[in-house]
Amino acid sequence: MALNESDPGDPDPAGTGPGPGRVEYLSATVDRIAKILVVGAFGTGKTTLVGAVSEIRALHTEETMSEASTGVDDLAGLDHKTTTTVALDFGRITLNDQLVLYLFGTPGQRRFWDMWAGLAQGVAGVLVLVDARRLTDSFEVLGQLEEHGLEPFAVAVNQFPDSPDHPPEALRAALDLLPETPLVYCDARDRASTINALKVLIRHALARATSPTSLTAPGRSQLP
Amino acid sequence: MTTAGERHGSGASPVRPYVLTGGRAATRHGLTVDTLLRATPDGPPLRADAAPQTRALLRLHRGGILTIAESAAYLGLPVSVVMVLAEDLITSDHLHQHAASQFAEINPTLLQEVLDGLERV
Repeated sequence: MALNESDPGDPDPAGTGPGPGRVEYLSATVDRIAKILVVGAFGTGKTTLVGAVSEIRALHTEETMSEASTGVDDLAGLDHKTTTTVALDFGRITLNDQLVLYLFGTPGQRRFWDMWAGLAQGVAGVLVLVDARRLTDSFEVLGQLEEHGLEPFAVAVNQFPDSPDHPPEALRAALDLLPETPLVYCDARDRASTINALKVLIRHALARATSPTSLTAPGRSQLP
Repeated sequence: MTTAGERHGSGASPVRPYVLTGGRAATRHGLTVDTLLRATPDGPPLRADAAPQTRALLRLHRGGILTIAESAAYLGLPVSVVMVLAEDLITSDHLHQHAASQFAEINPTLLQEVLDGLERV
């Protein structure tokens, strides 16, 4: 016998997640979706950035996984292994009646790529959020992008009140960026500033997609 | 800050994730965290012993279209668990992938459309 699915005793889906509120569904007219990954080391402002541009209340989820896990087929052993948590923020921007852009914000460490395999497939681009006060924190993120061949990407330097006044050339050198990789300053709290960073990324992606000669970029070097 | 609003996921639940999934992983329908799902109209009744989380997932999707990641956040469940529950519901014809579920192929036309959309935001 089937139970009544609207049984009031069931948990309220909108009330058991991260914070109460109505569920913001996708419009049924949407027939195409694009996605941008926002990656950055801890504390660079990913959650803030996604929240600043998302038309829905930005959502946050965390995944607990075994460090030793390969892929997603090892959940049964969680009790016997070291577990780790990887966070995922996401937001949504409706671009027109048929096309929606999803933003996925992730720390982008090595363990992220093990966990969210598939999320990187088919991305329009990757925005790397950097805190100029702690540049070395971003080395692992950039290294992982290179290791996974994830392109195109652009670097957005989130400007904090006490950020050092490094010129772009110095930041490029410190991060070992290719000359064609865009570097843009932004304020992750500010919607217009963040939208601008996304536009810089997509223009770069467009330039790459329409210029066959730029598709074979040489590998970067010297990243740890 | 990244830490703002962060919450503990499944760790606080009295039901361990693998109890909900029976230790299984999502492998049957090629789901990813960004797969869009919707409820099948007039789907069959749920099994009487379906977990409350399965019931909640189905009810959530009866309201409209969401990605698996969004569903996980609304339900306060790990994404990997929602994937398994969603697979069960797809197999039992309660859920199906939305037509736009596969991300659009990246080409200059799409990128230009994204850029045009961002210009209007």
